[in-house]
Amino acid sequence: MKVQVLLFAAFREMTGAETLSADLPPASTARDLISHLRTEMGHSRIPPAPAVAVNARHAPLDTPLSDGDEVALIPPVAGG
Amino acid sequence: MVRIRISPDQIDPAALLSRVRSDADGAVLLFVGTVRNHNEGRSVEHLEYEAYAEMAERELAEIAAEAAERWEVGDVAVEHRTGLLRIGEASVAIAVASPHREAAYAASRYIIEELKKRVPIWKREGYSDGRSEWVRGCAHGPAEEPAGAERDNG
Repeated sequence: MKVQVLLFAAFREMTGAETLSADLPPASTARDLISHLRTEMGHSRIPPAPAVAVNARHAPLDTPLSDGDEVALIPPVAGG
Repeated sequence: MVRIRISPDQIDPAALLSRVRSDADGAVLLFVGTVRNHNEGRSVEHLEYEAYAEMAERELAEIAAEAAERWEVGDVAVEHRTGLLRIGEASVAIAVASPHREAAYAASRYIIEELKKRVPIWKREGYSDGRSEWVRGCAHGPAEEPAGAERDNG
């Protein structure tokens, strides 16, 4: 399955990309996606357990992903 | 009614105030966060804000709804800017109308504190020496929030 990855702020600069497309085995979780990005896709500067949002909602790393999901990696926030 | 806006446009605090005011409200409270010229001992020249706009608007709407459940408030409006901001410019504004001032103060405080913890917005500080850095932010997810967060705000 394919998921779309959104990268913001420091994570965007670490990877040099605003979005990435990842091809994952079925039943992968957000944690599996992070591991895939860090190893197979070579983005080793992404931290191993960042906060994530699945389809624009905060989600734990063990959230199962579905084909077409949009997964955002959320660096520590600093609004205001 | 709750009105949320994430935008590169300048914030007009007076417009925000008049939007939330109603004849049933005895208090209309405005909080404006502005860009200051220093942080942690360094001289700051500008800030650059970035947002995950779709999610930020949804989170802010949820935070405003939580405030409305806890305190008696009328209309609420929250705006947050994105892009490059100079010293003195408003980065965020929160307008809360309420029949009573206590509720307006409590709700406004709750919204800004939760915004800083939960809403996906980031800022890069540009310093006088030409360098810039992402501001070290808050890594807390919603699961780690203390219950009854309003008691921690006083």
